[in-house]
Amino acid sequence: MKHLLSTRDLARDDAIRILDIAEDMSEVSTREVKKLPALRGKTVVNLFFEDSTRTRISFEAAAKRLSADVINFSAKGSSVSKGESLKDTAQTLAAMGADGVVIRHPASGAPQVLAQSDWIDAGVVNAGDGTHEHPTQALLDAFTMRRRIHGTASRGKALDGVSVVIVGDILHSRVARSNLWLLRTLGAEVTFVAPATLVPVGADTWPATVSFDLDATLAAVRPDVLMMLRIQSERMNAAYFPNAREYSRQWGLDDERLALLGPDSIVMHPGPMNRGLEISAGAADSAQSTVLEQVANGVSIRMAVLYLLLSGEREAHA
Amino acid sequence: MSDRYLLKGATLPDGRPADILIEGDRILSTATTTTGASASAKAGTGTTVIDADGLVALPGLVDLHTHLREPGFEQSETVLTGTRAAAAGGFTAVFAMANTLPVSDTAGVVEQVQALGRAAGYATVRPIGAVTVGLQGERLSEIGAMAQSLAGVRVFSDDGKCVHDSLLMRRALEYVKTFDGVIAQHAQDPRLTENAQMNEGALSSELGLKGWPAVAEESIIARDVLLAEHVGARLHICHLSTAGSVDVVRWAKARGIQVTAEATPHHLLLTEELIRSYDARYKVNPPLRRDEDVQALREGVADGTIDIIATDHAPHPRESKECEWDAAAFGMVGLESALPVVQTALVDTGLLDWADVARVLSNTPAAIGRLHDHSHSFEDGSPANLTLVDPAASSVFALDRLHGKSRNTPFEGVTLSGSVRWTFHKGFPTLRDGVLAEPGEVPSRV
Amino acid sequence: MARTVLQQTDIARALTRISHEILESNRGAGDLVILGIPTRGVILAERIGQLIAGIEPGADPASMIGSLDITMYRDDLSKNPTRAPSPTRVPRNGIDGKTVVLVDDVLYSGRTIRAALDALGDLGRPRAVRLAALVDRGHRELPIRADFVGKNLPTSREERIHVRLADIDGVDEVTIEG
Repeated sequence: MKHLLSTRDLARDDAIRILDIAEDMSEVSTREVKKLPALRGKTVVNLFFEDSTRTRISFEAAAKRLSADVINFSAKGSSVSKGESLKDTAQTLAAMGADGVVIRHPASGAPQVLAQSDWIDAGVVNAGDGTHEHPTQALLDAFTMRRRIHGTASRGKALDGVSVVIVGDILHSRVARSNLWLLRTLGAEVTFVAPATLVPVGADTWPATVSFDLDATLAAVRPDVLMMLRIQSERMNAAYFPNAREYSRQWGLDDERLALLGPDSIVMHPGPMNRGLEISAGAADSAQSTVLEQVANGVSIRMAVLYLLLSGEREAHA
Repeated sequence: MSDRYLLKGATLPDGRPADILIEGDRILSTATTTTGASASAKAGTGTTVIDADGLVALPGLVDLHTHLREPGFEQSETVLTGTRAAAAGGFTAVFAMANTLPVSDTAGVVEQVQALGRAAGYATVRPIGAVTVGLQGERLSEIGAMAQSLAGVRVFSDDGKCVHDSLLMRRALEYVKTFDGVIAQHAQDPRLTENAQMNEGALSSELGLKGWPAVAEESIIARDVLLAEHVGARLHICHLSTAGSVDVVRWAKARGIQVTAEATPHHLLLTEELIRSYDARYKVNPPLRRDEDVQALREGVADGTIDIIATDHAPHPRESKECEWDAAAFGMVGLESALPVVQTALVDTGLLDWADVARVLSNTPAAIGRLHDHSHSFEDGSPANLTLVDPAASSVFALDRLHGKSRNTPFEGVTLSGSVRWTFHKGFPTLRDGVLAEPGEVPSRV
Repeated sequence: MARTVLQQTDIARALTRISHEILESNRGAGDLVILGIPTRGVILAERIGQLIAGIEPGADPASMIGSLDITMYRDDLSKNPTRAPSPTRVPRNGIDGKTVVLVDDVLYSGRTIRAALDALGDLGRPRAVRLAALVDRGHRELPIRADFVGKNLPTSREERIHVRLADIDGVDEVTIEG
């Protein structure tokens, strides 16, 4: 694997391999010495054109646990035009000898542009691009589901037959997209629930069931996994829905809806949460909630990805 | 070099073989073998004889939609470099869009653009005037002054932006009637396309690029044809890109509305699937659409719903394309690739014959733009604006075919039929067997 | 041309002898941890552990046997295609203060054992570390030697040693090729 740009192109065996290696990595996180020498002497750059402290520190912890040197490059608010700064920045990082670039960018496709360019010959990890994909988030979500479902017997397993309901702003969510492709590859069934304004055009051609009605979906699907997406307040101003109260009433996970879930169902959220909007405090803090596990698992997944991309001999430039 | 040329054994657009004799800026005679009269007999000594066997002769191509970028954006293109590209593509006239800096919204600017074109000499440059001051869509520009200037502007367009205010559009349509002008509308509802990046559909959703719905184009066209009908004005629609737009124009024509429409070569060949690469060379306004749209546009050209093909040649410097998709500029260069794309998409597929090509790439655009004494049908005494095409050539389009300042072609690496071999502008060969004349040789037309 | 140098009975005898030697040098099975190095070292460690439990009453294989993956500690990671790591399983009482016997199938350059010592250091602090190998083929590149050897097998660098074990290869044998 040279880059990780999306989950759409990830083969089932490769996905399971990443999850399995993440199991090994998560064991390291429980040891007294939480460090492996695998990437000693390698340089990983966290290139963030968009603020995301959580994702950045997760990648930073992952790289450091593999003994890589980490450089954090926050390129947000640069005065040069966006286009120039991506190329110039990439060439700067190449000159500094970066082996891996973890890129977060508000423009969809920016990681792919970087990977295809001859500006830099480094492994590229997409840490979230526009409304396109966020592959490590989907992988950590799948890892979290697999652990909850299969426990210590997770290795080698997929998610065949697992029903996942993803609720919220599908239109703008790279997490929803990456999860859809990965979960389908791993054999899970996916249902999207959102107001019609927040369902992407053409989603009817996607391998997911689309519903506008959360209560009907919960009753019909009895999901193993209920994933609540963060709702951005600026969507209200752009006429996607009238106000927070109406959104919360129709599509929020409140305590009543939580009570309808089976005891083994799990509640996920990619964070950061808007408590009281898309998820109630009771649901967020319930035993079914995996929010904190997701954070811990994120480090293991990112260790696995960085290991796979950067440890082996460098593949010929594509 | 002599100013007498004999093009021996060319094939006219209607398929007849002919010897074409050019003297000065006129076609002295076109002798088809069936008429028996031999142009060669009249040629005499001092005539440059060109073996045109196997080459199709077309009236000089006329592009109603070219961005020459001068004044203001000379890092992308100048009138000189843009008309060199035109000559290389078989064009003898280009209509220069108004989105320059300063905007071509006054007589001074349009006269300057025309003067630059005459000085360069590679092609006839007809400036297009802005409909509104500064392309701001608020107040009409000095349309009368531009129409009556030395540039004699007849086409008015805010291209790049839509004249979206309904009342302003109505007034513009009415006002240009005074000068026999036409409004060339860039049909794009601005609210429906805020920050839009590509055709709206399943693919835009998958790629996470903001969608540009077909309805944003079609609704403006529907409004404007009804406005044109209401005020009895001529209307030209730039670069149709959707099947729905073709339907609306077809409906309008059936109703007798004075509407003409254009399609670009790239919309006749390329689809949105290319955008999977996030390669900004494929970023264009209007965006590349679905295969269904490409097929509908081709049918529209074939049945005459779409009157002309225009390049929307839009040069951009490298840095505007070597970047992430959202930050990249819209536009593609198209002058050199236009005829090969038209042959590949429409002639080789049997939808058009060469007479149709002459119509959609020369006769009709000249008529819409009121460009007189330029295009023709090879009658004796016609202006010597013509191009010779080798339709048997087929090659992978490469960057060395480009002669403008910018390299943003979407056709690099695409196999295209046809090759422009010769171009004559007012009797002067600007392109000689594929080799472009040097600026010093080309006579200025001042 | 492959030539068999150890057959199933040879391997069984060698492992039995190694088990006795380990017990002798450790003065019993107390505080003993046997860690195999993936892939075949893990199987050998399992067999040695079972043999020891059979010899020494009261020895519990589950609290003695484990595996130690050394992939992340290799010094040639960036010179080869990416390797998938294998799980590391340490007996529940850990390795602190224990005598750890590392088990590998073939001892060659010594680099694997160097990596294993590093990996062990990150897991805890054993009282002593010993090394058992089914085959020692020589050509050491580091100052490392085995404490318990099944068979010393002089080879040239061009020759290749294959250890096959019934659990994954269907047969117990050691062959030499080249």
